[in-house]
Amino acid sequence: MAALSEIIGSVLIAVGAFFYVVGAIGIYRMPDVFTRMHAAGISDTAGAGLLIAGMMFLAGFSLVAVKLAIILGVILFTSPIATHALAQAALHEGLEPVGVGNKVLIGPGAHPGPEKIGKAAKNETRKPAIRSARKPAKSPAAKRKTASAKRRTRS
Amino acid sequence: MILAAATLAVLVALLLGVIRALRGPTVFDRVLAANAIGTGAIMLLALIGFLTGRPEFLDIGILYALLNIIGTLAVLKFFRYGDLSHPGGKEPGDA
Repeated sequence: MAALSEIIGSVLIAVGAFFYVVGAIGIYRMPDVFTRMHAAGISDTAGAGLLIAGMMFLAGFSLVAVKLAIILGVILFTSPIATHALAQAALHEGLEPVGVGNKVLIGPGAHPGPEKIGKAAKNETRKPAIRSARKPAKSPAAKRKTASAKRRTRS
Repeated sequence: MILAAATLAVLVALLLGVIRALRGPTVFDRVLAANAIGTGAIMLLALIGFLTGRPEFLDIGILYALLNIIGTLAVLKFFRYGDLSHPGGKEPGDA
């Protein structure tokens, strides 16, 4: 039976390490703060949870398992609080989440759009480079599609 | 064996977090990266404790977990109000 719990613990640790690295890659590559928070949530829940569950299987019924459970509980309670406070502070600062409004996320004309909204956006002039980069993304087919979509909404 | 591999994975994750903390365009990216680095340090402590057969490292991990949230909230409050003793609530210039 001891061998079985070791196998289960090893598999859980391997899967947890995979999720941890996936979350870290997300923190490195995502386009803005809010999407990076989403990626950090993966490594804080799936990654840390599975790693600690695996270590609990390796430890068996002992004080070590209780300490691991305490660490997991603290992480699971504080990580959403930190993310919530971070998102609130970022929105209060005027950062706009990527993908909100009329922005292009993928394709040749992809751009994240203006970085700030509200009061902070009025102080900044829009860069013309962003507009010219967006134009080649609109092919005639795409124009027809948007026109038909407009007609549908009007009727 | 699997513990060493998991330690290596957490180290890679910490490296990516450090790169994000150094490059992050806004202060919130840096705070997020610092939070992720704190969680990674807890995982690294637990894994190294198991790897070397000294699970006493977990006590330090609990302490790091409790300090992590306090540090994040303190930095966020400082950058919002410019003062840690501010009572909170609305700023004078708020709409």
